[in-house]
Amino acid sequence: MTAAAAHALPIFTHGDATARIAHRRGAAVSAREFLADARELAARLPASRHVLNACVDRYRFAVGFAACLMTGKISLLPSTHTPETIRRLGEYAPDAFCLTDDRGCEIALDKFLCREDPAPGARSRPRRNDEAAIPWQVPVIDPAQVAAIVFTSGSTGMPLPYPKTWGKLVRCVRDRAELLGLLDGRAHTLIGTVPPQHMFGFESTVLIALQSANALTAERPFYPADVCAALAAAPQPRVFVSTPVHLRALITSGLAMPPVELLICATAPLDAQLAREAERQFDCTLLEIYGSTETGQIARRRTAHSALFSLWPGVRLHAGGGQTVAQGGHVEQPTALGDIIEITGEDTFLLHGRSADLVNVAGKRSSLSFLNHELNAIDGVLDGAFFVREPHDAGGTDVARLAAVVVAPTLDAQTLVLALRRRVDPVFMPRPLLFVDRLPRNATGKLPQESLRALVEPAEPLLPIAIDPAHPAFAGHFPGMPIVPGVVLLDAALHALALDGTSPCEIVSAKFLGVVRPGEEIGLKRQLLASGSIQFDLLCGERCIATGLLRAR
Amino acid sequence: MTAAPMNEPAPLADLALEREIAGLLVQALNLEVAAADIDPNAPLYGEGLGLDSIDILEVALVVSKHYGIQLRADNEENHQIFRSLRHLAEYIAGQRTK
Repeated sequence: MTAAAAHALPIFTHGDATARIAHRRGAAVSAREFLADARELAARLPASRHVLNACVDRYRFAVGFAACLMTGKISLLPSTHTPETIRRLGEYAPDAFCLTDDRGCEIALDKFLCREDPAPGARSRPRRNDEAAIPWQVPVIDPAQVAAIVFTSGSTGMPLPYPKTWGKLVRCVRDRAELLGLLDGRAHTLIGTVPPQHMFGFESTVLIALQSANALTAERPFYPADVCAALAAAPQPRVFVSTPVHLRALITSGLAMPPVELLICATAPLDAQLAREAERQFDCTLLEIYGSTETGQIARRRTAHSALFSLWPGVRLHAGGGQTVAQGGHVEQPTALGDIIEITGEDTFLLHGRSADLVNVAGKRSSLSFLNHELNAIDGVLDGAFFVREPHDAGGTDVARLAAVVVAPTLDAQTLVLALRRRVDPVFMPRPLLFVDRLPRNATGKLPQESLRALVEPAEPLLPIAIDPAHPAFAGHFPGMPIVPGVVLLDAALHALALDGTSPCEIVSAKFLGVVRPGEEIGLKRQLLASGSIQFDLLCGERCIATGLLRAR
Repeated sequence: MTAAPMNEPAPLADLALEREIAGLLVQALNLEVAAADIDPNAPLYGEGLGLDSIDILEVALVVSKHYGIQLRADNEENHQIFRSLRHLAEYIAGQRTK
């Protein structure tokens, strides 16, 4: 036996082939069935090394993950599946394919469909007999094998890849299962409203069940009534894994929540009042988990009783270079945390907010957390967030400025600006300050910086395009129904960009999308690309009438 | 705003309910549109009114509070319900307990 094999870790820790590993469509799935499904899938998977496991059914996801482990494939876990994220993922791993259980899946990668299930109740009995003949042996995986690559969630900007070895993943969830009381010999059922594709859901609803000999639940309930039904249908003792957004909906639904043994919440800071009410309604202890994509989960607190987080055994924090760094336990490398943390003891800390975007405007330093706190502290502000606007001109001297969006239906802009001026340094005043009805929070309650920027980018001033209403071309184009010819539009656009004659350029492409009549106001929106080319759009009110690409020669 | 020609015109009682629901949505979700301006045939999810999953969760709360209906994702009709304000109103009219 090689050294690596001696330390190899099993895909799951259910010691008995008949042990319940999942709960699906109201029935138990045994470890033997799970293993057979994983082996069957492993034999069919394409040869590519990278997989985006998009299975909605958590059981299918877990089977897919196990099949990938067995075949040495790496599961990619980006924080979103937006077309832009998928495009970048394709660039990152050109061989990546998408494992899906949805025929209508719209992810733009090569797709591999899981085998469809037989009709309910017809779960292949004969196959089970065949399987009983196969020796019961749980595959083991080298702890050094890269099992997954997670990506930072985007609330800190561009996603960065973090490879996770099998050993690191297993160690993290096994430590945690012990602390949460999931290794007490009873068979727990884990029910989650979070998808398995995010780090928190992946660890807390899939990995931990596999590595603590407990059962995951295939369904992902959404509406409060679904959650109640899913909880009631799951065998006791139950562990319920959710987020502040869902918990708030559940406790205000007026439905009676089935009792659970433990409630686990993460993804965004949980309010103590909400935590107390959730504990009352579910009649259980609620533990809030703290972690990051980079470190996995590292601490917990009972939010209803204490603001202090306690670190997992072995994990330690220290302050260094203005940051808080975690190390020890399953955190193999010193890893900076993107949060403002006050270390209060050897294994305890207070969380004061996210510091991922410390801001520096013209030499003055602050943090978005601080600014957001000040904005939200103003009477009448219901929700608000600052964000950094990148300088428009890549090569220019423009400094990054801040902007903010705010939900404050009872305030006018002037009142709010005055109140804010009293709280923050003039260089941090938002430009613009945008009033909205709600912030673009994603499904986990986070506010990606990109979404915030997208709110204000269209508000950039357009370059006005001047076309003489008496232009001689109109007489013949067309008689009695003058329309601005494309070539005239293009000429005016080049003038506006000051590219006529003085700086030679090449029109790479131009598309005319709509009709413009003489006298209509036209604006030009431009974007300087990294290549040095200029992409432009001509807008007439809301309509885009032409678009093009220019390259300097 | 009038219904698209392909749809049957709604009876008067349903129109009143439609209006009432539109008002509740605008209020609960802080929508920028006026209740009367919501196209009764436009999709509520994604395009159209542009509601996302957090909004839909909010709508579920409003519907249970005002009409005593608990929405369920495994309900066959669920896909239909959010196809438009009119579909939502029809569903509520048929299922309401208060």
